[in-house]
Amino acid sequence: MRNLLREILLPAAAIVAALLLFGVFVWFAGVNPVQVWLLLFKGAFGDWYSWQNTLQRAAPLMLTALCVAIPMRAGLVIIGGEGALVLGGLASAALAQALPLPANMAGTVLVCIAAAVAGALWIALAGWLRQHRGINETISSLLLAYVAIGLFKHLVEGPLRDPSSLNKPSTHALEEGIRIGGIGGSDVHWGLVLGVVACLAAGLWLRITRSGFSVRIVGGNPRAAQLVGLPASQLILLACALGGAAAGLAGAVEVAAVHTSANASLIAGYGYAGILVAFIARHNPVAIIPVAILFGGFGAAGSLLQRRLGLPDASVQVLQGIAFVLILASEALRDVNWKTLWLRIVRSAQTPSGPSPAQVAMGDKIA
Amino acid sequence: MTADQALIFLAGIVGGALRVGAPFLFVSLGECLTEKSGRINLGLEGVLVLSAMSAFGASYLSGSAWIGVLAAALTGGLLAALHGVLCSMPRVNDVATGIALMLLGTGLAFYLGKPLIQPQAPQLPFIALGNWSDSAAVRSALQVNPLVPIGIALALALWWAFANTRAGLLVRMAGDSANATRALGYSVSGIRIASTAAGGMIAGLGGACLTLFYPGSWNEGVSSGQGLIAVALVIFARWSPLRCVGAALLFGGAGAIGPALQSVGIGWGYHLFNIVPYVLTLLILVITCRPGSVVSGSPGELGSKQ
Repeated sequence: MRNLLREILLPAAAIVAALLLFGVFVWFAGVNPVQVWLLLFKGAFGDWYSWQNTLQRAAPLMLTALCVAIPMRAGLVIIGGEGALVLGGLASAALAQALPLPANMAGTVLVCIAAAVAGALWIALAGWLRQHRGINETISSLLLAYVAIGLFKHLVEGPLRDPSSLNKPSTHALEEGIRIGGIGGSDVHWGLVLGVVACLAAGLWLRITRSGFSVRIVGGNPRAAQLVGLPASQLILLACALGGAAAGLAGAVEVAAVHTSANASLIAGYGYAGILVAFIARHNPVAIIPVAILFGGFGAAGSLLQRRLGLPDASVQVLQGIAFVLILASEALRDVNWKTLWLRIVRSAQTPSGPSPAQVAMGDKIA
Repeated sequence: MTADQALIFLAGIVGGALRVGAPFLFVSLGECLTEKSGRINLGLEGVLVLSAMSAFGASYLSGSAWIGVLAAALTGGLLAALHGVLCSMPRVNDVATGIALMLLGTGLAFYLGKPLIQPQAPQLPFIALGNWSDSAAVRSALQVNPLVPIGIALALALWWAFANTRAGLLVRMAGDSANATRALGYSVSGIRIASTAAGGMIAGLGGACLTLFYPGSWNEGVSSGQGLIAVALVIFARWSPLRCVGAALLFGGAGAIGPALQSVGIGWGYHLFNIVPYVLTLLILVITCRPGSVVSGSPGELGSKQ
């Protein structure tokens, strides 16, 4: 229980601290911080309209965060989710363009599968390069993301372009029947359900299945995994493929539910924001759900900040950056024994001389 | 392709290598210094973008491009120092911190640089290398960034300092064995923070190249992963500042293929040629890295971590 409290309290404190710092930051720009905080809340969770916007953004965030969290549990730092997302979106649009898909649920499932496969292969490539070529997966996954974006632009502006898309090169729009619709007539689409289910499934997989447990051993203690003869390479590739599939799915959701075709709007930075979400959730798939909703909310509030207060659209990015730095810095506080610290402060307040360094060192040992 | 076109294309590649390669040169030198001290800074991408913005802003406000260069170095040093300090805290992972600083640096740059997208700032003067030719296209292709000679001098200085100065040896010792450094009574964190900050200052000069020479304006797409490619370049250059120069020019040349083809009227596959540097980086990594072994020349502290 105390562990759980600490797991939640530290990130929450870091986010609060980030909001405070962000307030100071906008204060320099001559904007009232209290107004910014209120607008952030209002734009994110203030009314049903904001909630719809928030949840719409949370759906891809959950999926791209999984692309960081699952490989991380296997010990890999993958940060190229953006590449898997754009390729997933491209694959779904390309499949719908190449084959006469049934204009119903089956068609939707098919485009989603195409996207998941594309994403899975792309991230598994980074895992393969690490296992079989010894290349740092963080660097290779990011380079692959740039390659994916280049390929995407080339294909969307060239061979796959819908000639009628004049100002904004796009692929042919998905047929009405294949698109992912809103839940109960709202703007919140079924992609959100997909995201939540994926997070829960990933959480269960890691917790209760044999392969999920093995992945955690490979990530947590590679030496032990080697000693008990786990197929580390295969498990790592599996974790990468699952993560990539999730990010690819995010691309399909964005295409089928939001943009209706693959175009440059797909490159919106969800892949990078997903890194932040996964780190704040401490790579726990279930914890990703609330964190993604929170950061989806900040994203949704961004446009309100821009319209009402004239802040640049990058202000949300600044908030995200500050939050990320503070979350990581808060890790340093994890080992602090608050009780001893508090006792020490109280004691030094009582005795004016304060404890000698030797006493402090003793206190550390006892604690 | 006629002879004239071939000449223009060739001049485009050579000039482009020097032009596009300049930011690579500075960022890889900065990363080289940081990694020599035993730490990886993935946040140099953020450093690059933020210093590019501050270089442009300072040049615009002061009217002097050289003040912009100075501002870029200072900003880069500051952001990298933050990385150095964060990584010195217990349990803080340097790869994750690098990613965080990448987000923070680009976010701050876009936020603060919003009013700078429209105006024109004073640019750095160029060194003309193409005066032997009558062709205007060749001449304009061979206008060289004045920071490039500075970068090459810096590479030589670093190479010399690593081998011959007390500071250089201390940096290498911190990178090769933290325990040995501690045993001799030096602060590992102190050396690494100083090296990271100095590396950030050098990388900041790369940012100045972007906004004050080529492409020569500030916008949100000014950097496209040069800061990250530099991390791979340093592996390719086996942590030698001199080889960094060659690697940076090679990458500049690869990146210049697309624009050079466009200058002779071939527009097909523009985006495909733009991904050549990334593919090249991956290929180079495939060739230089081996599973289960440490690349020769790598600082000991980096190898033991992986």
